Amino acid sequence: MSTLLLDRREFLKAGTVAGAGLLIGFHLNAAAAKDPAEEQEKKTPNPFNAWVHISPDNRVTLILEKSEMGQGIMTAVPMILAEELCVDWKTVKVEQALTDPAIYNHGTGGSGSVSGCWLPMRQAGAAAREMLVAAAAARWNVNPNTCVAQDGGVLHGSRKNFLSYGELAADAAKQPIPNLKTVPLKNSDNFTIVGHEMPRWEARAKTDGTAKFGIDSRVDGMQFAVVARCPVFGGKVKSFDAAKAKAVAGVREVFAIEPVEQGAFTAGGVAIVADNSWAAMQGRKALQVEWELGPHASESSETLRKQFLENAAKPGKPVRSDGDADATIAAAGKKVEATYEFPFAAHATMEPMNCTVHIRPDSAEAWVPTQAPQWAMDVIAGVSKLPKEKITVHTTLMGGGFGRRYMGDFVMEAAQISKVTGKPVMALWTREDDMQHDFYRPASYHRFSGALDEKGGLAAWKHFQTSTSIDAMWSAKGEQHPENSEFATATFIPYQTPNYRVEYTLAKSGVPRAWWRSVEHSTSGFVVECFVDELAAAAGTDPLEFRLRLIGGDRKIPDFTNPKEGKPLDTARLKGVLKLAADKAGWGSPLPSGVARGIAGYYSFESYTAAVAEVSVKNGTVKIHRLVYAVDCGRPVNPEGIRAQVEGAAIYGLSAALHDAITINGGRVVQTNFNDYQMPRIAETPRTEIHIVPSTEEPTGIGEPGLPVVAASVCNAIYSVAKKRIRRLPIRSEDLA
Amino acid sequence: MAISFTLNGKSQSVEVDPQMPLLWVLRDTLNMTGTKFGCGMALCGACTVHINGEAARSCITPISAVSGKQITTIEGLSADGNHPVQQAWIEIDVPQCGYCQCGQIMSAAALLAKKASPSDAEIDDFMSGNICRCGTYQRIRKAIHRAAEIRSAQGKSA
Repeated sequence: MSTLLLDRREFLKAGTVAGAGLLIGFHLNAAAAKDPAEEQEKKTPNPFNAWVHISPDNRVTLILEKSEMGQGIMTAVPMILAEELCVDWKTVKVEQALTDPAIYNHGTGGSGSVSGCWLPMRQAGAAAREMLVAAAAARWNVNPNTCVAQDGGVLHGSRKNFLSYGELAADAAKQPIPNLKTVPLKNSDNFTIVGHEMPRWEARAKTDGTAKFGIDSRVDGMQFAVVARCPVFGGKVKSFDAAKAKAVAGVREVFAIEPVEQGAFTAGGVAIVADNSWAAMQGRKALQVEWELGPHASESSETLRKQFLENAAKPGKPVRSDGDADATIAAAGKKVEATYEFPFAAHATMEPMNCTVHIRPDSAEAWVPTQAPQWAMDVIAGVSKLPKEKITVHTTLMGGGFGRRYMGDFVMEAAQISKVTGKPVMALWTREDDMQHDFYRPASYHRFSGALDEKGGLAAWKHFQTSTSIDAMWSAKGEQHPENSEFATATFIPYQTPNYRVEYTLAKSGVPRAWWRSVEHSTSGFVVECFVDELAAAAGTDPLEFRLRLIGGDRKIPDFTNPKEGKPLDTARLKGVLKLAADKAGWGSPLPSGVARGIAGYYSFESYTAAVAEVSVKNGTVKIHRLVYAVDCGRPVNPEGIRAQVEGAAIYGLSAALHDAITINGGRVVQTNFNDYQMPRIAETPRTEIHIVPSTEEPTGIGEPGLPVVAASVCNAIYSVAKKRIRRLPIRSEDLA
Repeated sequence: MAISFTLNGKSQSVEVDPQMPLLWVLRDTLNMTGTKFGCGMALCGACTVHINGEAARSCITPISAVSGKQITTIEGLSADGNHPVQQAWIEIDVPQCGYCQCGQIMSAAALLAKKASPSDAEIDDFMSGNICRCGTYQRIRKAIHRAAEIRSAQGKSA
């Protein structure tokens, strides 16, 4: 069974978009849904069906189309809806929408939820409000313009003419639906919810054990399964003997499932179905299986590095070429060269992958911790051969996502198993499964050369990259343009130079790759911001001053990678966050002996971030004492949520800086669990301050933009204190000595 | 063979493989899903419960080892979700994805039971076995200090 399980249009479209962040954003961003066919598919739904449920006793429930993975979207997006609806935030309930791609833009990723929902949710809330006002006006037989919505009701003149939304909802739902393009939106001066500090809506459930994650799904008669997968990527089952596995108490069934490449990229393997998770795991230990190792069995981190070095010794495919960087660098009096390296990185969400599916003869139901419910539905439809109307997909809370849960693989396996058993089943991954069968942040190698002119300006900038591209793995178009997913802002750096060249060469690998928090920005932010720091040092100029000088005047730089859909980089806003972070960190002021600062500023997901790190280096280890961030993500919807996201992205970025390395040997991942893939722990956590730029620009991303600057700011601080340039991550003690 | 213990103040008896870890007995046999699976090797702390008042990793604790013991899980930490640690967690808005937080809260409650007012270093030391991939550590530290205050204020009023 190797069928195309994704809607082809959706899948191809995904492949055509430059940059994985945008790829993900495509599904969720109403504004970004440029395909006219798709625009037509989504009719204006009645807001009282789709978004707002009001009971006669005034209970207001707001429906959330996005998935909550910790990023606070269950708070931020309903806040926007509640603002226009004019209800008291403290009284609302939030509920996850059932999957319905005809109404909702479910896909959650690319830091695009708040920006993508901003206008649609304002319009939906305003439409519901206007319909409530119209219902009240009809009740009183007055002009709707004489009525106002406030405090969860409609008022006409004196307080005695007040009807609560509960009294009006049934009538309101029957009112004509206003034109969303012309429905009046609130003046932002009158916002009482948006822009105000709101605690996480589901915080209490997350402190008393009642919050239900995917792994907590419990259905009558359910079974639990694990899958034995070939540890070598691309390997398959040659043969297996189920006898010993079946002898384990509680194991019910053992059978093979096929790998599915298209639309899911599953490894296939042998499913062990049992009464409980533990029995399934014991059954898998007892299973005897022989693997066909496949074409990638000799791949290793060493062979990949060899490939990188070979690629780097030759010119790459030109991605951008302004002026003549090579000639300028060759003739330059002052030039700087550096190479940077990154290993694969795993997502390691705290909740291991899992999915609960029940495929019946005539219908199916699933409980999925997913960033892409519409994809989960497609996968289940493909396996069950049922029409989508017969499939109910519940999106659960997620114990972390970071891009990993945008995938369809864990859904595919569960569906394949339930298809065989006909019973509800949770396919559960152990930590080892998760670590060894992830879709990893690509490994990459970057070679930089730059030249300074006599005035200390940037005469030339050349960036060569070779990597295991994400896009090359996901579509035919991506194979032709593997560079599109690998540079992002590195193709339109804010540092002015007449000679700017970017080159790329694909490195072949059997290791699955996909979107890891901040995707290619995680490496692009590092290399650009470290290399500019090297140039600043060569110029003998303060790193902040150097950056500000090279950025120069206020202007908007078009998104070179994605000129059609990408927003231009606004240099004024970038300089704004650099200056704010520097100011709040006391840039230039004295520090205790042995401690120094480093800075980095970067544009990603349409937001601007800068970080100043204070670090010391002692006995081959780096200690990060303090991080000061400035972020400009447009109008802050929930400042408390923004701070939490940046604090979290900083730690995620530090995990890549300090620990994360997935290494390959014999075509398989060497690391297995948190003993050999270390996470930052509480003692490594620096004091972190987040300063948010006040803004009335449209809100932009914040789940990921905190990440790309953190490792660069730390490594630039290491240079400042120890005069060592860190050019490969994670930071190794020998590179500090 | 039935194994009996006290779970959140009530006697409980289960008939399972004696080697089955407490974690899976709680989650799959008793459907008490507040205690989480993270690593299966006592490396991440998501499965932390109290056994006779001490923080323990339920993922490596065979059910046979808790026979006759007092087990407290997140569901039984307080009657109404208002343990000082839970209150502080909400006040400081600690959780993000929340998956590790039940384990963090159980560890923090065990710490405060031993040490009424721990220092940053003591917090870092005691909480080092609990991973949070969302990176809420700074707030966890702050919330433990806050929980210590709430606890001490409750002690004084009692």
